[in-house]
Amino acid sequence: MTPQELFQRDREWHPPAYTKDYKTSVARSPRNALLSVQNSDSELTGPTFGHNDFDPLDNDLIRNYAKNGGPIGERIIVHGRVLDELGRPVPNTLVEIWQANAGGRYRHKKDTYLAPIDPNFGGCGRTLTDDNGYYVFRTVKPGAYPWRNWVNNWRPAHIHVSVFGTAFAQRLITQMYFEGDPLIAKCPIVKTIPDQRAIDQLVAALDLNATIPLDSIAYKFDIVLRGHRSTFFENRPEGN
Amino acid sequence: MVQGLNYLKESASQTAGPYVHIGLAPWAAGFDIYRKELGHDITGPNAKGERITVTGTVTDGTGAPVKDVLIEVWQANADGVYPGKGAVEDGFRGWGRIIPDFDTGVFSFETVKPGVVIGRNSRPMAPHLNLWLVARGINIGLNTRMYFGDEDAANAADPVLNLIEQAHRRETLIARADGNSYHFDICLQGDAETVFLDV
Repeated sequence: MTPQELFQRDREWHPPAYTKDYKTSVARSPRNALLSVQNSDSELTGPTFGHNDFDPLDNDLIRNYAKNGGPIGERIIVHGRVLDELGRPVPNTLVEIWQANAGGRYRHKKDTYLAPIDPNFGGCGRTLTDDNGYYVFRTVKPGAYPWRNWVNNWRPAHIHVSVFGTAFAQRLITQMYFEGDPLIAKCPIVKTIPDQRAIDQLVAALDLNATIPLDSIAYKFDIVLRGHRSTFFENRPEGN
Repeated sequence: MVQGLNYLKESASQTAGPYVHIGLAPWAAGFDIYRKELGHDITGPNAKGERITVTGTVTDGTGAPVKDVLIEVWQANADGVYPGKGAVEDGFRGWGRIIPDFDTGVFSFETVKPGVVIGRNSRPMAPHLNLWLVARGINIGLNTRMYFGDEDAANAADPVLNLIEQAHRRETLIARADGNSYHFDICLQGDAETVFLDV
């Protein structure tokens, strides 16, 4: 059985390829129109992962790279669900995150920002959603950091999020921002997104109900992947 | 007024940024954290079919290599079967992550040549790899396909290649064959711009 086709991706909701104020996009954006291709198995299938691919600490960034104590920073829980556009949970799908440390420095050989590396913080985590599409990470809140675009640009605190879904054409990478951050409205990368509602959807809400008292504060971040068409009426059998 | 449709909207894409490797390939970022990193082995040890090597470079609109790109590959096995769709060899994932050399921008990976996959309306699709590119400056991941230069007849009948209006642009999706090695450059912009797909 061929999996059901996906809803068309709304290209007016996503950022376009060419966004002049995010300068790196200028030379890295295709200028020809994308070729629209109806879904086949190449797009509707996708890789799957199992629990034996992962370890219990993989979603705990406070402990998964701890060498000599814990990382510096505000202890947070990031949790939520992976849903499709019909609001249905996407179970057993891989969610991967990466982020700067509390000082705004990435553990990457190409990051030269003067804030120090945290010896107890790797900055990445991964987990599978449960049967209800739910996921949770524990980490420290990333710091804002400067980047070369205009002379004086600062990224708002953010966590990068990568999600699979069940179809390769659902593959998505986005960024999660934090409620109340004044840098969100200033950021040329955020502002590649043309619709304010789409930006708001990437801002995680402070979730006091999910905090652990005297331990960690919590933010809730739901991620939505493309939906599958649930019904169709075939006019003629395949092959015509 | 009419009833609301009440669909959710897909979360908007944001660039993977320059440090995508931290999350998706920590060894490339320069550290070791997971017992088993994902994406290093597309085929597993039991895959049937012809073992091949694919090399190439992703270039930007100025002709410079995009050294921080990360490419994901998704492919069928040598019988043209995708994992999850039918039975495949034990350990065949069909998926991998490709990271170029940070100094040169040249990427290279090994896999098996996929078989013909049956497409829409039972039309066969020529053997191909599905590719998804993310990098700093790429606001939403770019989908494309790599076809094989030694499959002229199958390529000529391929339903996706035939959708490309300008015949010379079809060539941007076809890797140059040299025995069991293939060369495939991807050009993000410019005269040789690769055909990217809205899937």
